Amino acid sequence: MSAGKRSNEPIVWFLFGTGGFFAAFFLPVHVLFYGLLFPTGLVHAPSYQETLALVRHPLARIYLFALLTFCFFHAAHRMRLTLSDVLNLRHLNTVLAFLCYGGALVGTAFTVWLLMTV
Amino acid sequence: MSDTIILEVARFNPEDGGEPSYQSYEVPLRPDWMVLDGLNHIKDQLDGSLAFRWSCRMGICGSCGMMVNGRPTLTCETLLMNYAPGPVRVAPLDHFPVVKDLVVDLDDFLAKLQKVRPWVVRKDDFKPAREFIQSPAQLEAFHQFSLCINCTLCYAACPVSGLDPNFIGPAAIALAHRYNLDSRDQGIEDRLDILSQHEGIWDCTVVGECSVVCPKHVDPSLAIQQFKLTATKEWFKSFLLPRGKH
Amino acid sequence: MPQYTQFQPKEYRPKMSAYWYLDHWHYLRYALREASSFFVAYFCVLTLVQLAALGTNATRYAHFQAFMASPVMIIVNVIALAFFLLHAITWFNLVPRVVMRQMLARPTPDIVSSAPNYFVWFGATIILALFIMGVL
Ligand code: SF4
Ligand code: FES
Repeated sequence: MSAGKRSNEPIVWFLFGTGGFFAAFFLPVHVLFYGLLFPTGLVHAPSYQETLALVRHPLARIYLFALLTFCFFHAAHRMRLTLSDVLNLRHLNTVLAFLCYGGALVGTAFTVWLLMTV
Repeated sequence: MSDTIILEVARFNPEDGGEPSYQSYEVPLRPDWMVLDGLNHIKDQLDGSLAFRWSCRMGICGSCGMMVNGRPTLTCETLLMNYAPGPVRVAPLDHFPVVKDLVVDLDDFLAKLQKVRPWVVRKDDFKPAREFIQSPAQLEAFHQFSLCINCTLCYAACPVSGLDPNFIGPAAIALAHRYNLDSRDQGIEDRLDILSQHEGIWDCTVVGECSVVCPKHVDPSLAIQQFKLTATKEWFKSFLLPRGKH
Repeated sequence: MPQYTQFQPKEYRPKMSAYWYLDHWHYLRYALREASSFFVAYFCVLTLVQLAALGTNATRYAHFQAFMASPVMIIVNVIALAFFLLHAITWFNLVPRVVMRQMLARPTPDIVSSAPNYFVWFGATIILALFIMGVL
């Protein structure tokens, strides 16, 4: 491995790292409310209209776009590495990369579309 | 408390072929004995055919690393008492080819170490008329990473180095980083060429166990992650200014 | 790599166990930390489903809410929360330490680099909670 090609990993690593901060700072509170406190009725959930108004706010849209996009790439990168190291699927590296990052791109496309049409 | 302890030692004789096996020896358990003292007792009193490496018996030569109860350990600075009442399993370092018994083949590691050019690299004619002055702050920037004794415990602790034999590995990257941070050095571009490849820093998935087992608190994991930051910065630079000379 | 001659003894090359992450709890902790990524992906998709339901109409959103209230979903989401907390704590203990060391070019106590993140985390959680509950 002398004088070989420098890897292009920095681009996905950068997205992974940024997504890691988003996931760490913001995801716990999201799942806490939407996944636990609202469904069990421990906290009274806002009405449909109120929730809709909240996500239609421009700042909320920007926030959700950044959150979901970076988290998709964070998850994609880590899933790829988990599958290749923990489950030892290193020989499928190209396929895994295609599936994981491809999935993140599809997720991003859906995010943009849903946030523009909601 | 009994005054002996059982050591189960991995034996492998290359001339027999076949698989390694464990052989048990009963050695004295003394409060001041290290695991290495137990092995030396075996070699001197019980079975002279046992092969293992050691030299300084004071944690500085880095040759006595072995798996003790499954953990990478410097046997000359780990008390046998810690494992009482035993038995204690002593095996060669994980992820390395075994030459005999507890002796592993370090050729591959040494070749990797050379590749990262762990010495001061100058691009100019470096003939200083007097000593090169380095401030305490400049020293502090790399001092921690210069403490490595090449014991390769970090390689034995690193699952990635087991999964990918081409991974250049924790100690080599930590030493490369040590020279990159040195104010006298100008070799960072050469080292980036080696370490920015997939088998360089990007193979690392931050298991972090290298830093846990390192007897010298070098923290190779920290060095690798810092290096990833540097490599990423360089990548974006050359992406934005493709023709720019950095 | 050494070349073997006819009479040269062979080395033993150990094979790595497929279940290496069970060898020590540090490795298991690492594997679980990495597994959090599957829950991150799951929750992002779930949020997209929620957005789709919100964008359709009130009945659809009511369906979504009923779906979220099913015991299975609540259990899955409690597990997701546990994984997110594991991710957050391991992240805050690792990443800021690297960035800080890089910027200051000298060792810093871990508490100095991690503590600010816990404060930001705490603040962001309160503010987001108020928005989500519709108080703000
Ligand atoms: S970094 Fe630490 S564990 Fe690795 S070889 Fe150097 S001293 Fe040993
Ligand atoms: S014998 Fe030198 S480090 Fe243990």
